[in-house]
Amino acid sequence: MNFVMSDLVPVLPEIFVLAMTCVILIADLLIRQSGRLATYMLVQLTLLGCSLILVGTHENRVIYAFHNMFVDDLMSDVLKLLTCLALSMMLAYSRLYLTARGLFTGEFMVLVLFAMLGMMVMISANHFVTLYLGLELLSLSLYTLVAMQRDSATAIEAAMKYFVLGALASSLLLYGMSMLYGATGTLELGALTQAIQSGAADRNLQIFGLVFVVCGLAFKLGVVPFHMWVPDVYQGAPTAITMLIGSAPKLAAFAFVTRILVEGLQPLMPHWSAMLVILAIASIVLGNVTAIAQTNIKRMLAYSTISHMGFLLLGILSGSIEGYGASMFYAVVYALMSLGAFGMIMLLSRADGFEADTINDFKGLSRRSPWFAFIMLLLMFSMAGVPPTVGFYAKFSVFSAAVNSGHIPLVAIAVLFSLIGAFFYLRIVKLMYFDAPESHAAISIQPDTGILISFNGLAVLLLGILPGKLMAVCAVSAQQSLLLH
Amino acid sequence: MIVLSDFLILGAVIFSMGVAGILFKRKNIINVLMAIELMLLAVNTNFVAFSHFRGDPAGQIFVFFILMVAAAEAAIGLAIVVLLFRSRRTIEAADWNELKG
Repeated sequence: MNFVMSDLVPVLPEIFVLAMTCVILIADLLIRQSGRLATYMLVQLTLLGCSLILVGTHENRVIYAFHNMFVDDLMSDVLKLLTCLALSMMLAYSRLYLTARGLFTGEFMVLVLFAMLGMMVMISANHFVTLYLGLELLSLSLYTLVAMQRDSATAIEAAMKYFVLGALASSLLLYGMSMLYGATGTLELGALTQAIQSGAADRNLQIFGLVFVVCGLAFKLGVVPFHMWVPDVYQGAPTAITMLIGSAPKLAAFAFVTRILVEGLQPLMPHWSAMLVILAIASIVLGNVTAIAQTNIKRMLAYSTISHMGFLLLGILSGSIEGYGASMFYAVVYALMSLGAFGMIMLLSRADGFEADTINDFKGLSRRSPWFAFIMLLLMFSMAGVPPTVGFYAKFSVFSAAVNSGHIPLVAIAVLFSLIGAFFYLRIVKLMYFDAPESHAAISIQPDTGILISFNGLAVLLLGILPGKLMAVCAVSAQQSLLLH
Repeated sequence: MIVLSDFLILGAVIFSMGVAGILFKRKNIINVLMAIELMLLAVNTNFVAFSHFRGDPAGQIFVFFILMVAAAEAAIGLAIVVLLFRSRRTIEAADWNELKG
């Protein structure tokens, strides 16, 4: 058990983020500033620095560090890079919204960075200990962030529900891990696969553990029947925090699920695939149907998240490299769309406490601001899966992966319910273009967020027309990372 | 002689008590926090038992990490309970009804 210096190179981005988080925590106390601008710039610099280190230390092979506890491959580098980008966009969108509500504080930014560190550890974990620690670092930061609006009864209630169900999920996951450890005698994912393949491990114990692990993962992803926390947390948390929960952690969750199920439990694929089929159908059906009844747009987007996570599972359950690549693409696209949609809600909200979180607040947006109504139209089309936006291509690729592995009835149901789901996305478009506005208050938009959301909306369109590059990156990452055995 | 299955049954019983505590005994939020601790401790019992009977120390090391995270989790949970009490003047879980749909 000796310590090797070369182990430190793959974890350099994590070390940098941790060091900068500690520096920012102290620096924020010492710098006199208005609006926390210096801290904000430091956080953005940290994200930029982390991206540069990720690109700089990238090697085109799979590197294991710290006795196989940590893995650095193309998938982890791509997902970490996109996590940096998503968090940077989230901070830029939410700066004014949070400043107006007195939440744009140093501790907010430090907690975001800790959540980011948790996601990075989750993405690169190759051992049950690192998987669990990454997950908890992310979850504990998120519970605290949801509860940051201390005077809001709904935010505190959301935080409590999130906390209790998140802790239940972690316990289920751990219980499953303990059973798998008992069956195989190892905590490391690669050795786990070998132990299962050798046939020496107790079969019943493995399946018993697998059920708990899948339940824990389903809770964290927020798929039916483990979805109860999602709508409450999305609605109750301040919109900026909802945006954080809805974007980057989905990338980390994708990595988390595929690392455990594909890298660790590949020999049990028929079993977990059958479980995921049930979860995917239930989420697609319930998510799309329940979303229709919502009048709060954050709650509607929460049910939309549930159905999108069902679509994401379609790729994973197909059990092919094509499917994993398609799911990774779906996770990236979903994070992009969700950043745009919540960004729009924050854009329309005002400093006097007006939240723009009911669907009626979008009435007549085309008359108040044709350009932003068009951007919202692109985002809604993409979520519904209308060509030529990228959401269509994402859905198409997971469907084709599932069809190729023989899940034709499942895909038929998914297509049917995504048509039903198109109703509530298109309702927003109808309200924006064909209804009279409820208020004629001017939309005050800062140039930076205006440009950012325009880029975000146009990226959804552009990636839909030219999806090849991103799709190729996802396919190659899945190939390199998940085809080891 | 105590065998592995005895520990596993103990773990399963404690874990079930924890799950039941969260799902059915939600009257007081402190009960829920205790139920969460019970579940984590049941997992720890499993890990220590497997680790001992397999002669592999990795499981016992994992237990240290779980205990540490459980402590942090309890701290955050209690902090949220304090905030909940400030905003509601009660910690009865039956009153969580502002978010619905």
